[in-house]
Amino acid sequence: MKILQTLAFYLLVLVIVVVSVFPFYYAILTSFKTGTSLFEVDYWPTSFSLSNYYSVFQQGEFLRNILNSIFVATMTVALALLMAVTASYALARVRFRGRGLLLMTILAVSMFPQIAVLSGLFEMIRFIGIYNTPWALILSYTIFTLPFTVWVLTTFMRDLPVEIEEAAIVDGATPWQIITKVFLPLMWPALVTTGLLAFIGAWNEFLFALTFTSSNETRTVPVAISLLSGATQYETPWGIIMAASVLVTVPIIILVLIFQRKIVAGLTAGGVKG
Amino acid sequence: MNPSHVVSSSGKAELQAQRIRAAMLFLIPMIAALVLVAAYPLFRSIYFSFTDTSLSNLYGGQWIGFDNYLSWRTLPSGKTIFRGTLVDPAWWNAVWNTVRFAFVSVTLEATLGMIVALVLNAEFRGRGLVRAAILIPWAIPTIVSAKMWSWMLNDQFGIINNILMKLGIISQKIAWTASVDTAMFAVLIVDIWKTTPFMALLCLAGLQMVPKDVYEASKIDGIHPVKVFFKITLPLVKPALMVAIIFRMLDALRIFDLIYVLTPNSSTTKTMSIISRENMIEFDKFAYGSAQSTLLFTFIALFVILYIWLGKVDLSGDNK
Repeated sequence: MKILQTLAFYLLVLVIVVVSVFPFYYAILTSFKTGTSLFEVDYWPTSFSLSNYYSVFQQGEFLRNILNSIFVATMTVALALLMAVTASYALARVRFRGRGLLLMTILAVSMFPQIAVLSGLFEMIRFIGIYNTPWALILSYTIFTLPFTVWVLTTFMRDLPVEIEEAAIVDGATPWQIITKVFLPLMWPALVTTGLLAFIGAWNEFLFALTFTSSNETRTVPVAISLLSGATQYETPWGIIMAASVLVTVPIIILVLIFQRKIVAGLTAGGVKG
Repeated sequence: MNPSHVVSSSGKAELQAQRIRAAMLFLIPMIAALVLVAAYPLFRSIYFSFTDTSLSNLYGGQWIGFDNYLSWRTLPSGKTIFRGTLVDPAWWNAVWNTVRFAFVSVTLEATLGMIVALVLNAEFRGRGLVRAAILIPWAIPTIVSAKMWSWMLNDQFGIINNILMKLGIISQKIAWTASVDTAMFAVLIVDIWKTTPFMALLCLAGLQMVPKDVYEASKIDGIHPVKVFFKITLPLVKPALMVAIIFRMLDALRIFDLIYVLTPNSSTTKTMSIISRENMIEFDKFAYGSAQSTLLFTFIALFVILYIWLGKVDLSGDNK
């Protein structure tokens, strides 16, 4: 009975692992296949050809798309963190009227349906004249990266003990000095995690990227992948799509696995505060 | 009276005032940015929904009141014709699709997420490996998962049909993403695959807050583990679970990218976000699409208010 239970448990564990990993494994498998072997279902690696990876960079502007994604995500995250550090200090460490309301508003913005601001943002982006440039994306991505970073950093700062600040106050430090000299050195781990999560969010974003860019040279990776097509409408280049997918996913997966403990902590800080 | 005491007390008030002034300054950039990218565009979107603005004539829209939502005209024959989103069958189809998708996906994700979390909460060899494995679906960009799965669900060459045929579950190949009967099912599979890890991690964080001695005590008393789960664990995890569910629900109600890539043009999976963008950008009915996005916004806002009010969920974590 006991053995049966253990067996069932490990079977469940196996199912969880296989289901989680298999689609990505299959994408890698497909990306190494060419020609007719693409259309034969294999469960184990049968061929190893890099021609799909070569083709990805041959057609379209894939390298440019990757650089666009890196630029947009990095700028968005940098701007969000810059504003979030001071804002979260104020929200976490200073008592003032309307703080609870402000926090709720920030949370509400982070849960916004992005479609609700699409037409307004479209008008604004056209008006400023940044349509079809990376800046349109950097501007629009702020709507989800900023509330998220503020929220997570606020929960992090709130949990730091009062004492670390008191000594600095007694020494006559200004609030700005307290942030830069006392909190910032303590916050590096939190900043890295929050920044990474926001980076992943910006890297994966699709709706704004699809709507606010219109040419191959300005698109980001997700939009480029969604638009990859073959010579004719009925011929989907699955090998190339899988190669592109693997290329943009591997760096993210490596980052996530390196920082997995911190990411889990960061994700739950946003959600669970029972 | 100790004079130095008086000084320090007024100095304290001065200090507090200084801190609040600094806090206001610190908040200005963030508030300004949020007004620019959230409040103002939201206001403009709502405004557009009351005009006849089109994509080709962004600045020439005229105020037409509620006509995008509902308008009617009585013909000389006495017949009344209704127009607008609120009598548009395509819109109500999208509403129904969205609600069905959100409800089914979140229910299954919460259940499966809880099961995965319970597994991860047990102590066994290789636990770290399992946790790393479940992070992979979460880390993969939605567009990439949609493409990966549409390849696996491909009717002719897909591995899913291959597996099911080999196991004898189906006798002929199914066009998962194209057929009207299975398109929503395909969307649900991919969404559940991608999002259950997130639910599991949130549930796990909740489970880890349950003190271990509770389990030991119930073990000594010989209570069945299933009973322990429903009577002790679940009530203790409930606050965390409620927050996780609302986050996921809001995410599900606005779903766009997965469906746009996995089942384009399938009317059985068209959601509110999809139909709204379609009208706005592709069909040159900018104002009409804005009306639909405004309705979605209102719907979600009402849902949040209701959920917080009914569930007494403390989202701010302020009174802990």
